[in-house]
Amino acid sequence: MNDDLAFRRPELVCPAGTPASLRTAVDAGADAVYCGLQNATNARNFPGLNFSPDELQKSVAYAHARGAKVLLAVNTFPPAGRFRLWQDAIEVAAASAVDAIIVADMGVAAWASRNFPELRLHLSVQAGASSPEAIRFHCEEFGIKRVVLPRILTVAEIAAIHRQIPCEIEAFVFGNIGMMAEGRCSLTNYVTGISTNMDGVCSPAADVRFEEEADGALTSRLGPFVIDRYACGQSGGYPTICKGRYSCAAQAEPYYAFEEPRSLNLSALLPELMRAGVTALKIEGRQRSRAYVKQVVGAFRRAVDEIMAGKQASLANLIALTEGHKETQGAFRSKSWR
Amino acid sequence: MLALPADRLSLVSLLRYFPLPLLQPILSLIGTQVARSQPEIFLRLGPHAQKTFIIDPTDLPFVLLLKPRPDAPALSACRRAEAPPSHARIAGTFLNLFRLIDGSLDGDALFFSRDLRVTGDTEAVVALRNALDDIDGGLVQAVTGSFGPLSPIAAMTVSHFRSLGGRSSHER
Repeated sequence: MNDDLAFRRPELVCPAGTPASLRTAVDAGADAVYCGLQNATNARNFPGLNFSPDELQKSVAYAHARGAKVLLAVNTFPPAGRFRLWQDAIEVAAASAVDAIIVADMGVAAWASRNFPELRLHLSVQAGASSPEAIRFHCEEFGIKRVVLPRILTVAEIAAIHRQIPCEIEAFVFGNIGMMAEGRCSLTNYVTGISTNMDGVCSPAADVRFEEEADGALTSRLGPFVIDRYACGQSGGYPTICKGRYSCAAQAEPYYAFEEPRSLNLSALLPELMRAGVTALKIEGRQRSRAYVKQVVGAFRRAVDEIMAGKQASLANLIALTEGHKETQGAFRSKSWR
Repeated sequence: MLALPADRLSLVSLLRYFPLPLLQPILSLIGTQVARSQPEIFLRLGPHAQKTFIIDPTDLPFVLLLKPRPDAPALSACRRAEAPPSHARIAGTFLNLFRLIDGSLDGDALFFSRDLRVTGDTEAVVALRNALDDIDGGLVQAVTGSFGPLSPIAAMTVSHFRSLGGRSSHER
């Protein structure tokens, strides 16, 4: 990848939480769709979400028939004694003829590369590999073909990394964004006993409660803790600890200790990302609906196609879909972001 | 929450005065047809199929009671004040709820804009949302054709509701 800084057509990688979402993403113009199985082997292990092995197989056939790829996220970290579940997931991936698996754990990557050397491996954002050294290590040891970069790098830093690594780069361009080191966050574990990184769920729904008050205010709780309290009519966000609003002695009013509810939107940076050597543009949101998938995938499909045609991209207004109705370019524009 | 001319809301307005005894067989048919034609819903619901949900169209004088039991699915209506205990309640305007189950609005976006309110068992609600969202074309389309000779009327009604759905508060 070192010498190729050409402006080239990126792959649009889109989320799917259900087979219907996958079909929606493919029909809306996704080049690739990523999804997970119905267990802790992926980082969106939500109730009612994800694919059975049979659904995965049928979905791969649907995507392939329309020229789209399917990537299976096996991107959580197996706890001691439970490695078999992750092995099963890789075997299902191979049997389903997925185009790649997205891994985070080194043991999972090693097992997959040894037992299914023909299976393409992508390194998940959950691996938190943000330096050329870390990325090269995964490439050399496990044959990683693409790295999904953590959302902590500027576009200039991405371009610099591109020149120093032997694999493709995938970068998030839209969706949920957190402040915490990806793959290392234990805040949910601290509050609920459930691990984001091993059980595959941040702020598990079973521990979330919303309480309406007489004045129209809404209180969100995770376990015993109040995460936020929204006044009547105030835009809300996910009940995640990193976007909670807290009281403390040093602050006169409750304040966002880490980050406000807001979503990443890099639609204005697409040309720069493409020039920086990004091979694939990733949309977050496997937990979102078909309506979200259709709207966001369609918007980015049009934008990428217009840019590739040498036109100014007509960027659709996606603010209604964003958390808290706020957008950010995060660290991609500047390190001044929190 | 909806900024629509009154004349465009005629059918929704009509629902306000629709006698519940006449609504019950329609709802019962919808529940039975969905269970019959979309059995995979119950796999996604898992243990939450045993829960009881209240769907609360806040601009109508009644709520819907949903018991998505695989062997005996039940969908019925009752006056809001007479609603029995439930595990979870999902509340929003009729059109927002309609567009949600029709697959044209995103539930999280409605939640962010406070146009959708969820109380009670959040996990059960998430499972229900995901189960219903896996229906190609949406739940509404799945049941429209199940009304026998009345299917064309059902289709016209659905078409009317869809035509009203161009603007809800979360899109402003």
